[in-house]
Amino acid sequence: MLWEVDVHLRDAAGDHAARALVAGAAELGLAGCTRAKVATGWLIEGDLSRADVERLAAAVLTDPVTEISVVAEAGDAALLAPATTSAKQGDAASLPTVLHVLPRAGVTDPAAETAQEACGLLGLRPTAVRSVRKYWLPALDKDQTDRLAWKLLASEAIHDVVIGPLPLRTLAGGRPWTFAQETVRLAGLDDAALDRLSRDRCLALSATELHAVRDHFQSLGREPLEIELETIAQTWSEHCCHKTLGSPIDHVGPAGAVRYDNLLKETVFAATREVRAQLGARDWCVSVFRDNSGVVRFDGDHDICVKVETHNHPSAIEPYGGAATGLGGVIRDVLGTGLGAKPIANLDVFCVGRPDTPVADLPPGVIHPRRLLAGVVAGVRDYGNRMGIPTIAGAVAFDPGYIGNPLVFCGTVGIMPRNSAEASVQAGDLVVVAGGRTGRDGIHGATFSSVELSSDSESQSGGSVQIGHAIHEKMLADFVLEASRQRLFHAITDCGAGGLSSAVGEMAATLGAEVDLDCVPLKYDGLSATEAWISEAQERMVLAVAPGDWDKLARVAADEGVEATAIGTFTGQGKLVLRWEGRTAGELDCHFLHEGRPRRRLASRYVPPAVAPMAWTGTTDDSLSACLLDLLGAPDIASKEWIIRQYDHEVQGCSVVKPLLGPGEGPADGTVVRGVLGRDRGIVLGVGLRHRLGTLDPYQMAAGGIVEAIANAVATGADPARIALLDNFCWGDCRREESLGTLVEACRACYDMAIAFAAPFVSGKDSLNNVFAWTDAEGTHHERSIPPTLLATAMGQVEDIHRVVTPDLKHAGNRLAIVGLSRGDLAGSQLELVGRVRGGRVPEVDAAACRQVFESVAAAQRAGLVAACHDCSDGGLAVAVAEMAIAGGSAARIELANVPLHSTGSAANGSAHHSDLTISFTETPGRFVCEVPAAAADQFAAHMNQVPQSDAEHVPWAWIGEVIAGDEMEIVSTTGTIAAVPVASLARAWRGGA
Amino acid sequence: MLSPRALILRAPGTNCDHETAHAFERAGAIARRVHVRALTKKPALADDFQILCIPGGFSYGDDIASGRIFALELKSRLSDALTKFRDRGGLILGICNGFQVLLQTGLLLADPVTGASRASLAHNTSGMFIDRWVQLRAVPGRCVFLQGMDRFELPVAHGEGRFVTRSPEDFAAFDAAGQLVLRYGIDATGSSCNPNGALGDVAGACDETGRILGLMPHPERFIDAVQYPAWNGRIAPAAAGAGLPIFANAVKAVS
Repeated sequence: MLWEVDVHLRDAAGDHAARALVAGAAELGLAGCTRAKVATGWLIEGDLSRADVERLAAAVLTDPVTEISVVAEAGDAALLAPATTSAKQGDAASLPTVLHVLPRAGVTDPAAETAQEACGLLGLRPTAVRSVRKYWLPALDKDQTDRLAWKLLASEAIHDVVIGPLPLRTLAGGRPWTFAQETVRLAGLDDAALDRLSRDRCLALSATELHAVRDHFQSLGREPLEIELETIAQTWSEHCCHKTLGSPIDHVGPAGAVRYDNLLKETVFAATREVRAQLGARDWCVSVFRDNSGVVRFDGDHDICVKVETHNHPSAIEPYGGAATGLGGVIRDVLGTGLGAKPIANLDVFCVGRPDTPVADLPPGVIHPRRLLAGVVAGVRDYGNRMGIPTIAGAVAFDPGYIGNPLVFCGTVGIMPRNSAEASVQAGDLVVVAGGRTGRDGIHGATFSSVELSSDSESQSGGSVQIGHAIHEKMLADFVLEASRQRLFHAITDCGAGGLSSAVGEMAATLGAEVDLDCVPLKYDGLSATEAWISEAQERMVLAVAPGDWDKLARVAADEGVEATAIGTFTGQGKLVLRWEGRTAGELDCHFLHEGRPRRRLASRYVPPAVAPMAWTGTTDDSLSACLLDLLGAPDIASKEWIIRQYDHEVQGCSVVKPLLGPGEGPADGTVVRGVLGRDRGIVLGVGLRHRLGTLDPYQMAAGGIVEAIANAVATGADPARIALLDNFCWGDCRREESLGTLVEACRACYDMAIAFAAPFVSGKDSLNNVFAWTDAEGTHHERSIPPTLLATAMGQVEDIHRVVTPDLKHAGNRLAIVGLSRGDLAGSQLELVGRVRGGRVPEVDAAACRQVFESVAAAQRAGLVAACHDCSDGGLAVAVAEMAIAGGSAARIELANVPLHSTGSAANGSAHHSDLTISFTETPGRFVCEVPAAAADQFAAHMNQVPQSDAEHVPWAWIGEVIAGDEMEIVSTTGTIAAVPVASLARAWRGGA
Repeated sequence: MLSPRALILRAPGTNCDHETAHAFERAGAIARRVHVRALTKKPALADDFQILCIPGGFSYGDDIASGRIFALELKSRLSDALTKFRDRGGLILGICNGFQVLLQTGLLLADPVTGASRASLAHNTSGMFIDRWVQLRAVPGRCVFLQGMDRFELPVAHGEGRFVTRSPEDFAAFDAAGQLVLRYGIDATGSSCNPNGALGDVAGACDETGRILGLMPHPERFIDAVQYPAWNGRIAPAAAGAGLPIFANAVKAVS
C-alpha cells in the first residue's frame, strides 16, 4: 500500500516558501503567479493501516502547533486540494494547478531516510519513504508551469516534476543484479575507435592510454573486463592523479626554454623540499603532499592539517548538491588524514559570472550566476552547519569568464594528536567500509570532472551529481574520531571521486587486496559489481582494520549508529582481486594500475600579451569620492554579509576573529580559530585570488594571489615564519600549448614565492579542462575557457589569540601608517573594472620587498604597537581605509602626498587628479595600513626604521593620517581635501545600498 | 563538597556538545557527553547527574522539523527517566536545538492535562538560517539559570527559532505566569534584535518551577571576551563572556 501524508502550515502568513516562489516567478516574468501555496508531502509504502499512518503523521511528520496534515492513499483526490485551516474560501478555484517535485528514484533523499528511521520509534516498518514538495499555483499555461518548475523549483539532474495528480502507486524498484562479466574488446581498434569507446563509456582515457591497457592485457593473453577498464579509468583520471601537472613538459617562456620531467615535482614540491631543507631541525612540516591533506606542527601535543578541494563540474549542473558534496568530500579528506583528524574550520571560495549578467547572454543550459551562487551558498550552509564546523573564511569573485563554468572551492582545517599523521596498511588487515550505503549516485564523477562541460551536460551526466546527507557524515565523523582515539584502525581514507575503486585501490597500491563486492551494503537492489565498485555515493570511508580490533571497531560503530562492514582483506599479493558471491569479477595487477599509465611529453609555450598603453577613460564621474563609492559596491569588494550570516561561523566556540567584526561589522582579513577550546594558540586562515590578472599575466596572477593570502594572515597577527600554503589551480583547456604555457608560468610563480617567503606548500589540487562548449542558434560551435585561476590559501599560526590584530579602527587620535611601496600599474585593478581606466601594466610582486614588509609589520604587532591592521588588496589604499572605518564605526583622514611611491613606477600618471586616483586605488601587492596608538608612534617609527643588515635600507613606510573624531572619511591631496564622505555612506555603498 | 555533574545529552547530529561541556566545566561542574543510545540502554546513568543539558545542533538532521525525532525518542524511550530526573530536582537546560527538543517532548510549555505542545519554534520569518549577535533582556522571576541577569548579548544561529504559541490565550497565560523569561532587545540604534519574528520577542522560556529553561541564543559561545565579534582593542581579552553566568547559576543552584 502506498500512502501519502501532506503537511500544511496552519497559518499561510508563515509560508515563506510560497512567498519566495511568488518573488521568483515575478523575476522570471511570470506575472500571473501572484499567489501560491506550498506543502511537504511524504510517500510511505508498506504494510500499514490508515491508523498507523495517521499516528505517524501526528507523532513524526506534523507540528501540532503550526501544522495540519492530510492522510490518504496515493492518488486520492483529497490530496489535490490546497488544505488549510485558515482557508481562504476559493483556494481550490484560484490555485487550480498542483505541481509535485520529488527526487528521482535512486537520488539521496535525506529527509525521507530520516522519516523512515523515525518510524522505528513508533514500531512501524515501512518498506520505502520518499519526500515530495507540493505547490498549488494559479492557472498558468504549460510553458509557464514548466519554466517555473525547472527554473525555480527543480533541478533536472536530481528531480522529477509531475503536474497534476501523482501517478505513482509504488516506490519499489530494482531487483538483485545477476552476476555477469562483460569483456571489452580493444584489440584491432584504431585510435578513432578507441577515442569513441572512451567517450561512449565516459572513461576519459586517451588513445595512447588505451594502447597501454591493450598491451598489458595482451601480455596476459586476454581482453580487459568492463570492471577492470573502469578501475583503470578511475585511477588514471585527471581527478585522481596529476595527469597534466605531473607530466614532462618542454616549455618555452619569456625566460627561455625549460625542460621539466615532472612539472609539479620540480616547482611546487621542489620549493617545499628546499624550504624544509633550509629549516633543518626547525622544520615544522609533518606530512606534505602524501596524504589526503597537508599536516604541520601546531603545539606541543597537536598537529594541524588543511586541504582545499574544487567541485566545479557538479556545481555547474546542480549547484546545491555539488557544493554540499564538495564540502562533504573535503571534510572527509581531513577525517581521512593520518589516523584521523577532527575538522575545526571550513572555508569556501566561489567564482561565478557577474550577478547582473543579462539572461539573454547565457549560453543554452547554463544556470544564471545569481541562482547558481544562491544554490552553492545554500549547499555549503546546509552541509557545513549540520556538520557543526564553522565556515569562517572565503571569498566570491565575479567574472564573465566563469559563466557556464563556475569554480567552487571548499576547504577544511583539522587538528590531530601529535604522532598520528603516519598511517600504514598492514597485510592481513580487513578492508572495512563505513558510513552511508552505496547507490548509483555519482557514477563516473571522477572521469566526468576530467572531461569538458557542454550544454548537454545536465542531461548526459545527471548520474554524476550527488546529493549529500550531512547527518550521516556527522555520525561517521563521530565514529571515526572515537575509533581513532582508541586506535582501532591502521589507515583510513575517504571514498570520494572513483568511489571504492579509488579508495581501496589507493590503500592497496602496494599490498593488493581481495574485495567481495556483494558484501558492500546497498541502498537498493540492482547495482552491478562495477556500479558498487565505482559509485561515488557520499559519506563513506574505508578503513584498514586488524582482525583482532574488528569486534571493538564494530561496537564503536554500533554505538554511534554507523554501519561498518568488512568487505575484504589487504593481502600483500600485489593484486586487486574483485569478487561477487565467491566468483572472480575482475583482477588487476597493482603495479600496472598505479605505475602503468604512459606519460606523454607535452609542449607548452607562453608569449606575454602585448601591453596596451594605459588610458583614463573619462567616461564616468571620476571624482575620488564617486570612484570610492563605486568600488565599495563592486561585486568582488561589496559586503558578503548575506552569505556569511547564513553560515554558522561560531559553532565549536573557537572562532575568535570572525569574518564580520568590529562594532560596524566590517570585513576581516584573516580569520582565526583556537586550535583547542580553552587554549591560547590559534590558526589563521587567509585566501588570495587575483583572477582578474589571469589572462593578462598568469605569473603575476599566481604570485599576487599568494602574497594576498599571506598578507591576510600576517595582517591578523600570524607569524610570517610559520605560513603553510595550498595551491588550487583551475585552468581552461590545457591540451592547447598556449594554455599549458600559462599553467607552467603559474607553477614557476608558486616556486618563486614559496622560496621567497620560506612558506612551504603542504597540499594542493588541480581542476583542469574547465571549458564550456555549446552550439548557438545559428549552428556555430563555441568554446569558452575560464581565466587561469590560482586560489592560494595561507594557514598561519598565532601563539596567543589574545594578541591578534583586527582591521577595525579603534580610537580617534591614533595615527595611520602605510607600510610598503605603491606603484602606478592599474591593469586588472578594480578601478579598471568600474570603467575609470584601462590598459597599462599589471602590478608586479617584489617578493623580497614583500617579505621585509611582512616581517616589519609582524614585529611591530608583536611589540604591541599596532591597534588595527589591514592589507591593501582589491580597491587599494582608499578602499582598505574605508573598510577599516566601516568596521570600527570611526572616521579617518589620509594624506595621499605622504604615500611612498616606487621611483620607476608611473604613479604620477599625468594630471594631479589622475595621480591621486592612482595612489588611492592601485593594488600593488604587499602593503598594509596600520593604526598606531598616538603614544606608541615614536616606538613604531623606530621599529620601522630599523635595518635588517648594515647595507640594507629600512622598510618603506610613512605616516599617512589619523583616526579622527567625527563621521567622515577625508582624503587630502596636495590641492587640499579632495573627498569627504560620511562613513555611513561608505557602509551603505559597501552593503549594496549605493 | 563534590562538584555538580552535568550530563550533556547528544544524538546523531548534535554539534554543540563539546563547547557546552566546556562551558559547564568553566562554571565548576564536571560535564560528561553521553549519547542518547547509551542512556537508552542504561537510563540509570542519569542518576549520577544534577544537571541535564540538551545542546545545539541538528539532531537527526532536522530534516522533518527541528528536534522532532530526538524528542520522539526521548518520549518513547526515556520518558520515565526524564520525569524522575525532573521530579528529584534536577535542572534541565535546552539550548537552540535543545530548546526545540524540550518543547516537543512536552517538558516545557505543554498542556498540563493532555501533555500536548502549546508552543513551538517555527521557521524564521526570513526563511533562512541566520548567525548574528543579539541584545537580550532577562526577566528571571523563578528561573534558576537567569538569576541576577538583566541585559546582555549572545549569538543566535538557527533557521527555526520563531517562537509561536497554539493560541493567543496560551501566550497570555505563559506571560502571566512569568515563564517567558528571555526576550530579544533593541540595539544601539533602537532597532529590534528579534532575528526570527518570534512572538513577543521571546528568546527563551522556563517551566513553572524555573528549573527547566529552553533558549534559542547560545550562551556557551560567549564564555570568554575573545568570542565577541568586537572584542579586539575594546574589551579586556581575559574577561568572562555574558553567557557564563547561565552555567554558573545552574552549578550554584545544585551545589
